[in-house]
Amino acid sequence: MTTVLIDYDSGNLHSAQKAFERMAAEVGAGDVIITGDPDVVAKASRVVLPGDGAYPHCRDELHGISGLADAIIESVEVRAVPFMGICVGMQLLAQKGYEYQETEGFGWIDGEVQKITPADPSLPVPHMGWNDLVIDTAHPVLDGIKTGDHVYFVHSWQMVLNDPTQRLAHCDYAGDVTAIVGRDNIIGAQFHPEKSQDAGLRMIANFLQWAP
Amino acid sequence: MLKTRIIPCLDVANGRVVKGVNFVDIVDAGDPVESAIRYNDMGADELCFLDIMATEENRGTMYDLATRTAEACFMPLTIGGGVRTHVDVRNLLLAGADKVSFNSAAVANPDVLTEAALRFGSQCIVCAIDAKTVAPGRWEIFTHGGRRATGIDAVEFALTAQAKGAGEILLTSMDRDGTKAGFNLPLTKAITDAVSIPVIASGGVGTLDHLVDGVTKGGASAVLAASIFHFGTYTIPQAKAHMDAAGVPVRL
Repeated sequence: MTTVLIDYDSGNLHSAQKAFERMAAEVGAGDVIITGDPDVVAKASRVVLPGDGAYPHCRDELHGISGLADAIIESVEVRAVPFMGICVGMQLLAQKGYEYQETEGFGWIDGEVQKITPADPSLPVPHMGWNDLVIDTAHPVLDGIKTGDHVYFVHSWQMVLNDPTQRLAHCDYAGDVTAIVGRDNIIGAQFHPEKSQDAGLRMIANFLQWAP
Repeated sequence: MLKTRIIPCLDVANGRVVKGVNFVDIVDAGDPVESAIRYNDMGADELCFLDIMATEENRGTMYDLATRTAEACFMPLTIGGGVRTHVDVRNLLLAGADKVSFNSAAVANPDVLTEAALRFGSQCIVCAIDAKTVAPGRWEIFTHGGRRATGIDAVEFALTAQAKGAGEILLTSMDRDGTKAGFNLPLTKAITDAVSIPVIASGGVGTLDHLVDGVTKGGASAVLAASIFHFGTYTIPQAKAHMDAAGVPVRL
């Protein structure tokens, strides 16, 4: 069993790697490797797409590595392995994003990535810090995580869904902010599970044992 | 609801935590990673390491500290001090930092903020502003650990930093740093009123009421302190309980 964290020049890989390694050891989920090699991704039993940064930059870097995007698409659509997107990695699941320019995503979740606009204009953007989750739909990856648990967000853009059944959790920031999305073998977290202490580590452990 | 963050800050020199008064008179305050683990266990909302040496030799030490901290603490870590280019940002993010703070380099050339934000996103680019009162209601930026005056107005520079892509401002009052006299609230309020990105208030915390004032009177999204936590004057849970009792939303 191998979980791969996709490396495409997008930041926070170290903390994600350490969190996944820690939980993989606890639940006996095998190896965790960081790679941008399409051949390794093609054999992975789980795929994690992290992402810190601007949407078009992340998308360009991902597609700049020959064969990598295809290997991810094949893993998700054909081999149907469990897939998790984190932060911009979650936003890339949408049809498109509008940060700096209009950019196509994978289109696996029916939504678009738009600038956060709190109804209270005095609230700062980025939405940065610990916010409490409201669980919309029960899911195996959210086992043991309940409404009111705090997780760490840091983002200026958020996914707005056309299909509300694909929203698994949200939080309030003078308006709803999408926190977790999912369908079939795909799940995405806008917040950073790897920086969210107990609730985040729990979610990672659940993902590593998830058999959709 | 988003909670106000309480951020213990570790000033680091030669691999050790140090603490000075008004940026001088530095004393040793322990091992950074041990401190980080203690703060993680106490429920701190973020950690901040500032490399106060900011020399090439110390850079390797900071990478090592970031890596060791990220192995043990699953919480956000900001690193600043001597950050000059987007390459430094990339290296610190890879080592284990979650956010990287520019200071003097952004004052010299604010475009470095844009170069870094385009690659890594505004959310991980912090602009540290060290400001000193030069006249009533007027504050000026100082760089190089507070030794060099720039003639740049702090409020104007905060707006520039935001426009150039900084996702957060770490605002330190140099008049108050290490004095335990409380945040410079007029400065904090002037900056938080001017910008629309989160502002971390820093410099001068001596009591738990000072933390509350930074939010209720200064408008800060987060409060940063060093000495009161390092020297055991107060714990993080005590700070949170105090803020909660004062009506400031915190993660308990």
